Amino acid sequence: MSKVIALMGDQAAAEAMRQIEPDVVAAYPITPQTEIVMTFAQFVADGLVQTEMIPVESEHSAMSACVGAAAAGARTMTATSANGLALMWEIVYIAASTRLPIVMPVVNRALSAPINIHCDHSDSMGARDSGWLQIYCENNQEVYENIIMAVRIAEHKDILLPVMVCQDGFITSHAVEGVKVYDDKQVKDFIGEYTIRHSLLDVDNPVTYGPLDLQDYYFEHKRQQSEAIKNSLKAIPEIFAEFKRHFGVEYDFIETYKLSDAEVAMVALSSTAGTIKAVVDELRAQGKKVGLLKPRFFRPFPKEKIVQALSGLKAVAILDRSESFSNQGGPLFTEIRSALLDESKKPLTVNYIYGLGGRDINTEQIRSVFTDLEKIVKEKEVKDLVNYLGVR
Amino acid sequence: MKEKGWEEIPIGGVIDKAGSAAEYKTGDWRTFKPVRDEKKCTHCLLCWIYCPDSSILVKDKKMVGFDYEHCKGDGICAAVCPVKCIRMEKE
Ligand code: SF4
Ligand code: SF4
Repeated sequence: MSKVIALMGDQAAAEAMRQIEPDVVAAYPITPQTEIVMTFAQFVADGLVQTEMIPVESEHSAMSACVGAAAAGARTMTATSANGLALMWEIVYIAASTRLPIVMPVVNRALSAPINIHCDHSDSMGARDSGWLQIYCENNQEVYENIIMAVRIAEHKDILLPVMVCQDGFITSHAVEGVKVYDDKQVKDFIGEYTIRHSLLDVDNPVTYGPLDLQDYYFEHKRQQSEAIKNSLKAIPEIFAEFKRHFGVEYDFIETYKLSDAEVAMVALSSTAGTIKAVVDELRAQGKKVGLLKPRFFRPFPKEKIVQALSGLKAVAILDRSESFSNQGGPLFTEIRSALLDESKKPLTVNYIYGLGGRDINTEQIRSVFTDLEKIVKEKEVKDLVNYLGVR
Repeated sequence: MKEKGWEEIPIGGVIDKAGSAAEYKTGDWRTFKPVRDEKKCTHCLLCWIYCPDSSILVKDKKMVGFDYEHCKGDGICAAVCPVKCIRMEKE
């Protein structure tokens, strides 16, 4: 039997970790991820899980310990935020290219400087080319469910890649919501057992991890990673279907909200999608044909789904909670715009960079974007490609 | 050795069998090659202890030569030999 309990986003992540009961968790606390590590450490201290918890001295060590544990065949997790992710950077790439299915909740937070502990996506967006899969969560329920699903995704034989499960720092991580928590047994049945193909500890079949790989083979290993990302687009829907069979909840790479007959729409990741839904409802009540697209996955990038959802629209505003400094818009914008480029029928697209360093995005700002979109449709032209929403 | 394609090799750079380092011929990295004066050699085997590439060949407890397929020519054997019977010659 499932039950609904009041949990902060960080506690929802820790609750998922308790039920997954990884063999190894190596983590270092950092705001706003701290409550994940703190809550999980309490579970370990209370004997609720058999997990080997390694309280390391830095995030670089956290990810290094995860790499060792995962190479030995342990189901392995950690969690981080912002500067913590930046400090583990070197090993983040090593985890992906060594093809280790580590699952890492990332509580999105701005990168210094100046020092800021609040939400934006510059931390995980910086890691978009690292070879990790990335899931973005709108609310605490999604945090809980996506972490459970991430274990299966990471360990799928055709994928074998680490997964970041991102949520908005403070906005969801420290907000209490009702979260429907499934039975421990249901979760354990869903995730099953994990057996690694080549264990570093298998002395009867010794293997080498992380050897020198120069001009002769490095490229081939990178090509394999690209293939794994492509494979994940086929394999993840199998896991969605199985999740639905187990828990009755439907997931997809994207979520659409009142989009099928919409003329204009906004695209946003994570908690902002929730705020946009409220504005969409309000404008729909006034008869305006507006909608929302929320990509749940940024890696793999669900190109087909996004193109299918957007190509029939007249104008689309894509919101980025991080700056790429390319003067061509943020990462979500440039990738979606590029995905639409070859379509004969495509909407006009405009980018809004917003919410940096935790700056609030409110319904008034979202309404102003929909007003801009109306103007763009009327004038059939995007005057300013990149806009800064909510900056003074 | 014919190099394999991306679909033919284990993923993640894993080497799935032991002892494969012997197949990697590091001898062609060498600029200087160790040459021993057999008459002066006392077979103390200090060179065997120090060689980082297991390239000192020993038979019946006697130093019998170098494995030039793997010796990288670092000159450590020549430096540690107590009777200075190893000379490093330009390749
Ligand atoms: S160290 Fe010199 S003397 Fe000793 S075994 Fe080697 S070559 Fe001979
Ligand atoms: S030169 Fe170096 S690698 Fe070659 S045999 Fe001497 S110690 Fe070994």
